[in-house]
Amino acid sequence: MKSWIAFWNILKKDVKNYYLKPPNISWGIIFPLSWTLMQLIRTPGGNILQLLPGLISMSVLFGTTSMLAVTITFERSGRSFDRLLLAPISLSTMVLAKIMGAILFGVFNAFVPVIFAAFFVNLGAVRWAVVLPAVLMIAVTSTLLGLLIAVSAKQVFEAQTFSNFFRFPMLFLCGLFVPLPSVPVFLRPLSYCLPLTYGTDLLNGAITATSSLSPVLCFSMLLAFAAALFMLCRYNINRKWIL
Amino acid sequence: MRGVDIMGIVSVANLKKTYGDFTAVDDISFDIQEGEIFGFLGPNGAGKTSTINMIIGLSRPTAGEITVDGIDVRTQTKKAQALMGIVPDESNLYNEMDGFDNLCFCGALYGMRKEEREAKARHLLEQFRLKDAGKRPFKAYSKGMRRKLTIAAALIHSPRILFLDEPTTGIDVESARQIREMIAGLKNQGTTVFLTTHYIEDAERICDRIAFIAKGRIVASGTVPELMESVSHGHAIQLVTDENAESLAAELQGRFEGSRVEVRPDHSVVIISKQRIPLLPVMEYYNDKGIAVYEARELRPTLEDVFVKLTGIESSMLKKEKEKGGAGR
Ligand SMILES: Nc1ncnc2c1ncn2[C@@H]1O[C@H](COP(=O)(O)OP(=O)(O)OP(=O)(O)O)[C@@H](O)[C@H]1O
Ligand SMILES: [Mg+2]
Repeated sequence: MKSWIAFWNILKKDVKNYYLKPPNISWGIIFPLSWTLMQLIRTPGGNILQLLPGLISMSVLFGTTSMLAVTITFERSGRSFDRLLLAPISLSTMVLAKIMGAILFGVFNAFVPVIFAAFFVNLGAVRWAVVLPAVLMIAVTSTLLGLLIAVSAKQVFEAQTFSNFFRFPMLFLCGLFVPLPSVPVFLRPLSYCLPLTYGTDLLNGAITATSSLSPVLCFSMLLAFAAALFMLCRYNINRKWIL
Repeated sequence: MRGVDIMGIVSVANLKKTYGDFTAVDDISFDIQEGEIFGFLGPNGAGKTSTINMIIGLSRPTAGEITVDGIDVRTQTKKAQALMGIVPDESNLYNEMDGFDNLCFCGALYGMRKEEREAKARHLLEQFRLKDAGKRPFKAYSKGMRRKLTIAAALIHSPRILFLDEPTTGIDVESARQIREMIAGLKNQGTTVFLTTHYIEDAERICDRIAFIAKGRIVASGTVPELMESVSHGHAIQLVTDENAESLAAELQGRFEGSRVEVRPDHSVVIISKQRIPLLPVMEYYNDKGIAVYEARELRPTLEDVFVKLTGIESSMLKKEKEKGGAGR
């Protein structure tokens, strides 16, 4: 019960102080929108449905990683983060509370391009039962990736540099722009090491029926990534932040 | 729980912390008894913050044992932390939140229910005379107000032990006075307090027991009278007389076996001796010479003198303000 009160209030504070702040909200809407428009302009008459998985993935990836890197690194540099480390709640509870805000923010971002697309195309054929958990898992894994970066970075600036270093190569290797079978053979093992690859494949399957892996495999891989990243983050926080 | 009583509510044994080759805390041992105010007095870089951080579980000891109310902090950190209120050396609340929300959030971290934490937050704002500031964001607070709110935040869950790292450093006189009063009040309610400071006056005024800490070691500890006692000082009498008394200093010294006579720059005469010095013979001596004595008083060593003597550190080192931008916490 006590842990739950702490969990809920950490989440509530983050949502109120960071995620619901006008600049972040508008960033969450404008960013996916401009990606969508850019893609439309680049390929006029292109099939919006085909673009949708990529847009969703990118929105989630950028939304979660950038927000988390900022909120955690920001509180670290102001030392208020020490309060969370000193609170009588387990490290897991604290980490879960901290990432939950970013996960929700990522899921919210994912649906901006979806709503936008709904004006242009019929989304009747989309398998939402797959899209929803896939979006959630992409949000979870990329948030944890963001946390891993935040744990390694000392300043907000450093966190952002790090995350760009990860994000852009990831976008090109995960099968979004270049379909997985066309990724150069020597880079393909790297693709299979990225959680986003599996998330994208799930979305491709659910939205345009063009998946190349089995959904069961994809979900299992995403869950495995989430668990491994969570443990890694916890271990790192314990090792690096409690000096 | 007899064992715990004897050990003290906070018990530290052979605590050590090294950063690379550098030893910040070097084999420190001490006990804090329940209900007392215990203070670390030491200059910049003495290892005060490093010690506190290990006790509260924010930093890992290189070696040594720490128990809080019988709980091993190294293995049961979270259980021990539930008993602690912590005021770090920097006021570190959330800038974008107002005073009231900051306090409530801190209460929630310790699992307090909404009604309970809100009532306590209101009470604390009133007690710290921050009621009007309760609705203003933390970033708009003055230094003294920030300090007070940070202390209030550490008290919201009514901790049994309060840790204060330099509670009065760098803030206005009035806020510092309120903080000292508040600490005295906590003692009356039975809260145990551990604080660090580099102000001798604060240590002397606030603490029941003081430990002098320098270069990572406890040089001496005890109550103020005990510390005074530990330095074998002689007795000294200061006399304010007519000016021409100065030339008689050497003669006076000859008169009183085993004494030493000094003339101070303000022309007063100081007689120093191992034994207590009776006043009458001195007065008679001056009277015979026809010299008027206007004032005679015993000089007692100050805690500052004792500190300098025991640590070999100039007291000006203590008065030096914290160097900003130094090595981490
Ligand atoms: N993370 C760290 N890495 C390396 N050295 C450190 C670290 N933290 C502290 N030190 C060093 O350990 C010594 C003790 O530091 P500490 O902060 O405990 O001193 P302090 O008594 O609290 O001083 P102050 O009055 O300045 O707060 C200092 O010389 C400091 O430079
Ligand atoms: Mg310090």
